[in-house]
Amino acid sequence: MPLAGTVFLQTTNFIDACYIVAFGLMIYGMSGLTGPRTAVRGNQTAAVGMAVAVIATLLRKGEFHGSATVWLILAGVVIGTAIGVPAARNVRMTAMPQMVALFNGVGGGAVALIAWVEYRHAFAHGGLNQWALRVMIFELFGAIVGSISFWGSGIAFGKLQEIIPGRPIKLPGRAQSLLNLALLVIALGSAVVLCAGTHSQLLFIVGILVVSALLGNMLVLPIGGADMPVVISLLNAFTGLSAAATGVALSNPVMIVAGMIVGASGTILTDQMAKAMNRSVPAIIAGGFGGAVAAPAAASATGQTVRATSAADVAIQLSYARQVVVAPGYGMAVAQAQHAVRELERALEAKGVEVKYAIHPVAGRMPGHMNVLLAEADVPYDLLREMDDINPEFSRTDVTLVIGANDVTNPAAKNEPGSPIYGMPILEVDRSAAVIVLKRSMASGFAGIDNPLFYDPKTSLLFGDAKASVSEITAEVQAL
Amino acid sequence: MDSLVIDIAVLVLAGFVGFAVISKVPNTLHTPLMSGTNAIHGIVVLGGLLLMSEAHGVLEQILLVIAVAFGTINVVGGFLVTDRMLGMFKSKPEPAKPEPDEPPDPEAGA
Repeated sequence: MPLAGTVFLQTTNFIDACYIVAFGLMIYGMSGLTGPRTAVRGNQTAAVGMAVAVIATLLRKGEFHGSATVWLILAGVVIGTAIGVPAARNVRMTAMPQMVALFNGVGGGAVALIAWVEYRHAFAHGGLNQWALRVMIFELFGAIVGSISFWGSGIAFGKLQEIIPGRPIKLPGRAQSLLNLALLVIALGSAVVLCAGTHSQLLFIVGILVVSALLGNMLVLPIGGADMPVVISLLNAFTGLSAAATGVALSNPVMIVAGMIVGASGTILTDQMAKAMNRSVPAIIAGGFGGAVAAPAAASATGQTVRATSAADVAIQLSYARQVVVAPGYGMAVAQAQHAVRELERALEAKGVEVKYAIHPVAGRMPGHMNVLLAEADVPYDLLREMDDINPEFSRTDVTLVIGANDVTNPAAKNEPGSPIYGMPILEVDRSAAVIVLKRSMASGFAGIDNPLFYDPKTSLLFGDAKASVSEITAEVQAL
Repeated sequence: MDSLVIDIAVLVLAGFVGFAVISKVPNTLHTPLMSGTNAIHGIVVLGGLLLMSEAHGVLEQILLVIAVAFGTINVVGGFLVTDRMLGMFKSKPEPAKPEPDEPPDPEAGA
């Protein structure tokens, strides 16, 4: 005999009330992310909301009907924790884009698997009744979007981890777009056929899951490495929307609200990233941007020369400056140079030089990537300036140090209407009195576009690994 | 009202709330925002929990265990990594009056 109290705890009303508390906490928690000071507490509040939602669900009457259920749930939770905790503890900040890609993927994968089980249940009592039809429509949406997200994120992970080449991989001409469109039509067509009452698990597996999987691969393979911030944001939105769709299918308010918050977040980020590249989301998805490997040869053909410099000269230039702006890019992440950069900043500050960081919204491989790397290296976030704040300051800046950034500093985006990146908002580093570019070699950026900044008479280049170069400069500065 | 209508109303309203809340997040915090939303969409774990007691046969059980594992990875991993990351964001310390609880910086003398 259960106690009266436990019976109350298992009533639908009580559980629904818990769900409302849960999504309230999540929304309140996410609103803490408006500033670094409140963000830690916000994240913890959202986690409490999630815990409330999970516990309320487990209270549901009949949840522990049969011990197999308990063991299976426990198995899933233990496996998930065993993978999730070490991953979260050990991941390096340079690898955050990969981590987020994987997390997007598993979320989408979970939605697709749940949809598969729901599909099997919908036909358990013969044909589709009205309730089952409703479940089906939303689950099929979730299955399509969720598998696109799962497989697309897998490819994005592969590209970021450099398992798969970062350059665009695509069919020639318009064939790729037509193939993607065809796959989408097949998936939607299969969904319509299934909703019309056709009971065929084979059609569900092939027409929905396999076709969406292909589509996910085909969508991300043609997109170049530098466009990854957009892709990751978009896949984030997809996963959120598919979770919300599952919520409607299961008539579960907290899943709907949580899914939509993620959907909104991913959509906003996608939009901001696309604006920061001055390209439309469909154009980015169409892919093929960058990777024109012929560019370096063309650069030398113009006969322009670059001025190479040495660490000692850079140190002198920096030490006698009043204001130095550091413009970091993906190259800083690749070289793991963020700690070295922080040391240089301290050395310069000790000499009375004011140092600021100029952060382009799409520098790096995901939204906010540079900020996290520099935060890891203990750079106070007050020193990080967004593009619109720092651009007016370049004319007052003595030296700008560009570390592993290329396309986001390319003046061609302002001056050359023929350039593929023309119109993209850039860090106007060419307006400062002197520019020092740290580069590994003369290869072009990911967009494969030559950068006139390098040939500017006031620009000098320091070749070599960014981390080694920065450490060398720091040593020279301290020796002065 | 039909429960479907209510659910879709919740969906639409939540979308607007999401836009209102997330559009205030500054660029600085976009990476923690993404990992935080990774944790939030781990809410799909509820789907696995709700369906587990209705699972028929080994196939459905396997699918749901994987779904629960995936959702748990999202929830646990997402919140933990976001917490770890947000802990790194520090403001410029006031040089006049140093925080007493601030850990001593081993590299301060370098």
